[in-house]
Amino acid sequence: MLSRHADHLFWMTRYIERAETTARLLEVGARNALLPDISGGFRNDWDAVLQASGSVDAFLQKYGDVVQRNVETHLFFDQDNPSSVMSCLSAARENARVVRTALTASVWDAINTSYQELRQFQRTERSKFQLTDLTEWTRRTAYLVRGAITGTQLRDDGYHFMGLGASIERADNTARLIDVKYYVLLPSVSYVGSGLDQSQWATLLRSMSALGAYNWTYSGDITASKIADLLILNRKFPRSLVTSVEQSCEHLDSLARGYGSSTDAQAAARGLYAELADAQVQDIFEEGLHDFLGRMQSLNADMAQKVQAAYLQGLPA
Amino acid sequence: MTDTGIYNEMHQNGGISAAYRNLDQWLDTMPADLRSLKQSEAEALFRRVGITFAVYGEGGDPERLIPFDMFPRVFTDREWRKLDRGIRQRAAALNAFLADVYGRREIIRAGRIPEHLVTRNEAFEKTAVGFRPPRDVYSHIVGIDLVRTGPDQFYVLEDNCRTPSGVSYMLQNREIMMRMFPQLFVENRIAPVDGYARLLKKTLASVAPEKCEGEPQIAILTPGQFNSAYYEHSFLADLMGVDLVEGQDLFVEGDFVWEKTTEGPRKVDVIYRRIDDAFLDPLCFRPDSMLGVPGLMSVYRSGGVNICSCPGAGVADDKAIYTYVPDMIRFYLGEEPILDNVPTWQCAKEDDCKYVLDNLADLVVKEVHGSGGYGMLVGPKSDKSTIEAFAAKIRENPGNYIAQPTLALSACPTFVEEGIAPRHVDLRPYCLVGEKIELVPGGLTRVALTEGSLVVNSSQGGGVKDTWVLAE
Repeated sequence: MLSRHADHLFWMTRYIERAETTARLLEVGARNALLPDISGGFRNDWDAVLQASGSVDAFLQKYGDVVQRNVETHLFFDQDNPSSVMSCLSAARENARVVRTALTASVWDAINTSYQELRQFQRTERSKFQLTDLTEWTRRTAYLVRGAITGTQLRDDGYHFMGLGASIERADNTARLIDVKYYVLLPSVSYVGSGLDQSQWATLLRSMSALGAYNWTYSGDITASKIADLLILNRKFPRSLVTSVEQSCEHLDSLARGYGSSTDAQAAARGLYAELADAQVQDIFEEGLHDFLGRMQSLNADMAQKVQAAYLQGLPA
Repeated sequence: MTDTGIYNEMHQNGGISAAYRNLDQWLDTMPADLRSLKQSEAEALFRRVGITFAVYGEGGDPERLIPFDMFPRVFTDREWRKLDRGIRQRAAALNAFLADVYGRREIIRAGRIPEHLVTRNEAFEKTAVGFRPPRDVYSHIVGIDLVRTGPDQFYVLEDNCRTPSGVSYMLQNREIMMRMFPQLFVENRIAPVDGYARLLKKTLASVAPEKCEGEPQIAILTPGQFNSAYYEHSFLADLMGVDLVEGQDLFVEGDFVWEKTTEGPRKVDVIYRRIDDAFLDPLCFRPDSMLGVPGLMSVYRSGGVNICSCPGAGVADDKAIYTYVPDMIRFYLGEEPILDNVPTWQCAKEDDCKYVLDNLADLVVKEVHGSGGYGMLVGPKSDKSTIEAFAAKIRENPGNYIAQPTLALSACPTFVEEGIAPRHVDLRPYCLVGEKIELVPGGLTRVALTEGSLVVNSSQGGGVKDTWVLAE
């Protein structure tokens, strides 16, 4: 297929995934904000959300005050913020519009209809919305698009580029969401293991639709090591780092099989997967959770770069 | 209709014409509330499928719908057969003319067309002289705009030899009508139009360059998603199963044009371009064009790729050349024209210009190179000062204008606020020219939704209708 078309498909699903993550971040923030204030901390919970979204500076410049209403505007409606739900879904839809010929009617319909609804939100008075309405709507939209792709798209190269966009973005986003917790805990390590710590972890799990999964899989108190095991190393959990990277590997392998040749991208994906498959929770904490997550994010980005070079520029190998 | 000068395609002298007989009953089954329900259903379908044209930079919604009127425009088989023959005849003559003016120029030598109208025409492509495209076809999709003034009287308003648009509406209007009113299609034998994409693909494949071996690789070249007709480009690519490319997806290497694909470069044999000549190749035409492909023209000239329509095809659809199309038909085909031209005065000629200036209030005046219904004067609908201002423009540059009598365009019943009322319509069928000359039975009917208006362009309040040809 045309490299540019593959590129649009890749980014279409990345943006859908990113919109969902932004919505999940908002959920984390909103729920953490309902918990008692951490006395003596120098960051509030919304700060952590902004940190994780990677847009603190832009936010402070435009809004100044870190209060819920401003963060909501910034992360949901603001088109100046490239990671806002509005920006992401608009970008996903624009990418889809360009490659309509590569999408089934159902996929296009799912994306386009959601976009029309989003524009309706824009015209509606803000006081009519609860934050949870917006975040749930965003998640439903992502499920709808993903479902339409899974249910109707031909399993050709286009499908695998869509899958690849989603799995690469998801790995990145999972790492980011775990990092929010890191920022919230920053004020003092003495909170580790406290009641407050428990409820914050629970919020993180909830925001990744993982609380149920956690309860089924692990027993006893919520601890950092069990959480890290679930969100990073557990192959049964669909949003874990290892599952996301495994999916990237599978999509890349399918591409290599279809095209009859392998590239640097496959090698990079396999390398990353091998490390995650062998990793133990202790190792991660020895390295430091934040550092480990940072390193995973950069290896994942490096793999994305190689996908770009191998397939999306259309130049002879 | 009380205005006796206008031909109403459905109602005449209290009777109903054969073509529309079944629709009268259909109207009886449509109370106003059902009608408005169906109308909003149709609009929701258009919006949802994304059948929009884009208008950027004017503010408001950039994605607009062309108003769709649910009342179909109908032709009998007998009426269509004449149109069909006339359109194919015209498309053949226009292509013969193009092959001639870029070849031996017999028609000029024979004194039938003044040389300067051809060679000094902006659309005349000097570098195309002496080059023969595959099958000597220059214009592969010819859109011929027709109006009707009586039961048997049709006029060709203009020819479109470059890249006529709107065919996606012909196809989608039909899809939407079939979806909303299936019963109508059971009760009437309506000739299908959905073979268009297959015919178009066959036509494009039939003009692959000589160097092409095996199945030709076809691509549609679009200016991109911000173009107003982008929906149509992607729709056609999808129906034909061919790639929709932008200039940045193509490059020239060796003697061929290549697409950048996920598996490396792939050769392209036929490009159905939906961008203007000037943007095709920055090395040949506008150097600032980001839409084209550097080196494309040299590959084209050496037979490595075909470009549809061929660069320079526009010289045949110029309004000044239009006057000579009946002569072309006689000259190249040895036949009498089946479809009439609208009598036209060319302001470039002194006598004509004098007549035009004396009779502006009764005439329609158009710019020779204009399109989209802009830059024209509709005399009977204009006040004195507008006419005087326009007269000054004609005097300043007479060669830029032609004039035609105000035709009493036929009217077709149309759903309006108050119910049903006649509105003026035109018709654009799409004729395909390759190994054969073919067209599907139908076309795009455009309707002037404003009462009394003769301007059917979508940019100025026009809408569209499904167009039926009843099978025998």
